[in-house]
Amino acid sequence: MDEIFGIPTPLLFGQLLLGLINGAFYAMLSLGLAVIFGLLNIINFTHGAQFMMGAFVAWMLLNYLGIGYWWALILSPLLVGLTGVILERTMICQLYKMDHLYGMLLTFGLSLILEGVFRNQYGSSGMPYRIPPELSGAWDLGFMFMPVYRGWVVVFALFACITTWLVIEKTRLGAYLRAATENAPLVQAFGVNVPRMITLTYGAGVALAALAGVLAAPIYSVNPQMGTNLIIVVFAVVVIGGMGSILGSVLTGFGLGIVEGLTKVFYPEASATVIFIIMVIVLLARPAGLFGRA
Amino acid sequence: MAGQSMTSSAVPAGPQESIFGFTKAQFIALLVMFAALVVAPFFLYPVFLMKLLCFALFACAFNLLIGYVGLTSFGHAAYFGMGGYITAHSAKVWGLTPEVSILIGALLAGVQGAIFGWVAIRRQGIYFAMITLALAQMIYFLCLQAPFTGGEDGIQAVPRGHLFGFISLAPDMNMYWFVAAVFVLCFLLIHRIVHSPFGQVLKAIRENEPRTTSLGYRTDDYKLVAFILSATIAGVAGGTKSLVFGIATLTDVHWSMSGEVLLMTLVGGLGTVFGPMIGAGVIVAMQNYLAEMGAWVTVIQGVIFIACVLAFRRGIVGEIGNLLRVRL
Repeated sequence: MDEIFGIPTPLLFGQLLLGLINGAFYAMLSLGLAVIFGLLNIINFTHGAQFMMGAFVAWMLLNYLGIGYWWALILSPLLVGLTGVILERTMICQLYKMDHLYGMLLTFGLSLILEGVFRNQYGSSGMPYRIPPELSGAWDLGFMFMPVYRGWVVVFALFACITTWLVIEKTRLGAYLRAATENAPLVQAFGVNVPRMITLTYGAGVALAALAGVLAAPIYSVNPQMGTNLIIVVFAVVVIGGMGSILGSVLTGFGLGIVEGLTKVFYPEASATVIFIIMVIVLLARPAGLFGRA
Repeated sequence: MAGQSMTSSAVPAGPQESIFGFTKAQFIALLVMFAALVVAPFFLYPVFLMKLLCFALFACAFNLLIGYVGLTSFGHAAYFGMGGYITAHSAKVWGLTPEVSILIGALLAGVQGAIFGWVAIRRQGIYFAMITLALAQMIYFLCLQAPFTGGEDGIQAVPRGHLFGFISLAPDMNMYWFVAAVFVLCFLLIHRIVHSPFGQVLKAIRENEPRTTSLGYRTDDYKLVAFILSATIAGVAGGTKSLVFGIATLTDVHWSMSGEVLLMTLVGGLGTVFGPMIGAGVIVAMQNYLAEMGAWVTVIQGVIFIACVLAFRRGIVGEIGNLLRVRL
């Protein structure tokens, strides 16, 4: 069988795979946004910039220090997460008693600064990041060629999402986190250091964005704008899924990535807008989002 | 819910002397503004002033929503940019006069605002901001692909035309007086809206929406009408700008434009009468004089954002008003 609905199978599966990869990034980013929103009650607009920083730190490690992909996969999220911790301690923590929107404005300002600094330093054109030799090449699956790195991204992103879910749902720390999301003062009254937990949660959410950035580095060119355009789509994903459930974010992220990939095959003109159109439909039918609580 | 509202006013509203609905201090500021509008073109470059007025009007329209209803739209570039495209298309392709072109642009921006507002007011707070941003990004992609916008090139060489068919707007000074008149008309219109019984309900929604609902107001309807008015006036600002510069491009529908208008309003002072104008002046002047610094302008804007959020939440005009103990 070479064609499905008149579409050549390699094209169809190729776009499906691209959709899955985009979906993996949507899932990881919206997961981080949801975790941060749950505890801090702010929308982290800097998330896109932190994704970009993750990719850049990986690039810098390789080009300035000669540290390769595998170490970058650990070091970059740690370093970027650390900057997140500093941001939270110095600025974001001052806003918890304020209207939620101030948090959004502050993080928006931060993302402008980060993007501007990187653009001054490295220009707007992207810089290539080589696929590590262990993951280069492609498998012949019979119906299509599967680049090994792309398969790796999907599998690793799924692993990261499931790990996050397990930590939040099955561990003691996750139980504290969920409790603090429901009622922070009460959890604090039980002797849990909630402010420190908030700081670490922000750091972890940021690290997740940076991890996605490292994964993205060999696929997209590493450039200062790579996060901003993505984050607006991720906002739509978050609105569609609702921020109530972790698994919901992951499912919505992957699902929308696949829908976007299929749109590229069947009606390419709409591929840039399809997620926004779905957002409108979901808002009309279920304003709280697919997995959200009203 | 959050403690402190975005725009709780520093000075209590009491029975005050008012002249045409302006307090005494506001009326004096208004006279200063008129004087500045008349004198400025003899000292400053008119095109710069026109740009400033267009952005000031855009910020005033935005302030109507964020300052008086408490709705933070993160996608106002969609209405500003679309107003610009439609006006440019009407003036260039259909050969209509400038005032009619601007009206058509504003009308379509208003229709767009009605549709998007209807979708977005289903959610509140942060979600409202994210939804308006996503919808505006959709418009950006549509403008990138639609044939009539000219894609990356935009609509170029838009004629300024003849006002009412016989006054040529090609000379900069003529165009300046036209832009100033549009600005003053819309400024007074916004003032009238805010001080009408309708505007009082909007402010009640800002202060406490559930309570306003309990008093029997359909708050969603009020929010939607305010959204449409704001989008329409933003369309006027965008249309006027496209005629001034003779070009409508993707820059005006890009999300960074939505961020800029938010920054202008924040710098000037949310919910103040004159704040958006001052904020627009500061930001436009900064972009003008620091243009050669390239991407550092973005960095400086980010720093101003953070400074405003962390330290100067009242904005320039709000702080001055607080010092003088008057509302401006």
